[in-house]
Amino acid sequence: MKITHHLDDATLMSCAAGSQPEALAAVVSSHLAVCPRCRAELKQHALIGEALFEGLKPEPVTRDAPVVAFRAGEATADEAEACEMPAALHAALNGRFDEVPWRRAAPGVWHYPIPLSSGAKGDLRLLKVAPGTKLPEHGHGGSELTLILDGSYSDEYGTFRRGDVADLGDDAEHRPIADPVHGCICLAASDEKPRFTGMIARLLQPLAGL
Amino acid sequence: MVQVLESARASRHPYPVKIPRAMSDLLQKVAQSRDVEAFRKLFELYGPRVKSYMMRQGADATTAEDLAQETLLTVWRKAQLYSDEKGSATTWIFTIARNLRIDRLRREVSWQPLPEDRDEEASDGPSPEEEVTERERRDKVRAVLATLPPDQSEVVTLSYVEGLSHSEIAERLGLPLGTVKSRMRLAYQKVKEAVEDIR
Repeated sequence: MKITHHLDDATLMSCAAGSQPEALAAVVSSHLAVCPRCRAELKQHALIGEALFEGLKPEPVTRDAPVVAFRAGEATADEAEACEMPAALHAALNGRFDEVPWRRAAPGVWHYPIPLSSGAKGDLRLLKVAPGTKLPEHGHGGSELTLILDGSYSDEYGTFRRGDVADLGDDAEHRPIADPVHGCICLAASDEKPRFTGMIARLLQPLAGL
Repeated sequence: MVQVLESARASRHPYPVKIPRAMSDLLQKVAQSRDVEAFRKLFELYGPRVKSYMMRQGADATTAEDLAQETLLTVWRKAQLYSDEKGSATTWIFTIARNLRIDRLRREVSWQPLPEDRDEEASDGPSPEEEVTERERRDKVRAVLATLPPDQSEVVTLSYVEGLSHSEIAERLGLPLGTVKSRMRLAYQKVKEAVEDIR
């Protein structure tokens, strides 16, 4: 997988800090899983966290160290920190896109909203665009990330293929066209739900002839 | 806002108590011989910092102390996943604290635990040159952070120490999102240049 579109430094910083909203973090993790370059950058971002952590004013603790002696016997390399992924996303990330319960949003456009944990404000969804479909020009306000899972699309910023992530500025406007043969399947996240549904509505307007 | 200014100041003048290099050795002892005394020393050094970190992230003192205990227990349990050729003890313990914090303190649950086993680069162990480089790198990062302009220092601290997202920082400071992100980029570029200079 040759990746040409990477995560922005500000996005990686937020990831290293552990300060990313859940929806965006899902896209970032998925990109990191396939992108050695961004993983290497992330390590450098972690150096900042380490330095700031070291520089914190220690807060006296009132209790002693936890008792560990008797735990020695149970000490073994243990459970992987599994992140719990919704089944649909798991299927999609394994390339089983036919198992995703797609919903039709517009001619040539399907989506599947992925449930987030309660209290999460953002929006995470899979999008599927039929081969050759042209989406009308639209912008992406605020924090949005799109990871290509299958196929590709092209726009003013280039061609985005499997593994590429679109981490565009909030002033970016584009007019993407899905790959004429394979179409495009992507994972899109926004840190604000209304913005995303607003975008879908805007996409639908010209298609509906309004 | 007062808190923000304090944070920015804190990052320009790091607390003088440095974590000594010997920490990696203590962690190795915990890993290899389940050395309880070494663990107690690790707790004395890191417990108060983890507690401080959790409080800055919004935990009350009791919760912060619980999380400090839990972080260090995780260090005990996972110690054999650590090896000093792959990074400093502090980085590793900070990663564990970060993951635990996301898990327990955020209103948004983690999708994103960072790997704690650091299995990416295989190595035969650090050469003396590499050890020097590692120490040099940490000093450089600290030095660069201490000289960042206040506006950059502020966003970096809000992100790492206070745990705020881009949008939350923009809201807190009354800045456009793009400005927050560009300040972060500028700060990172300086750190990156300094670190890459060493190689």
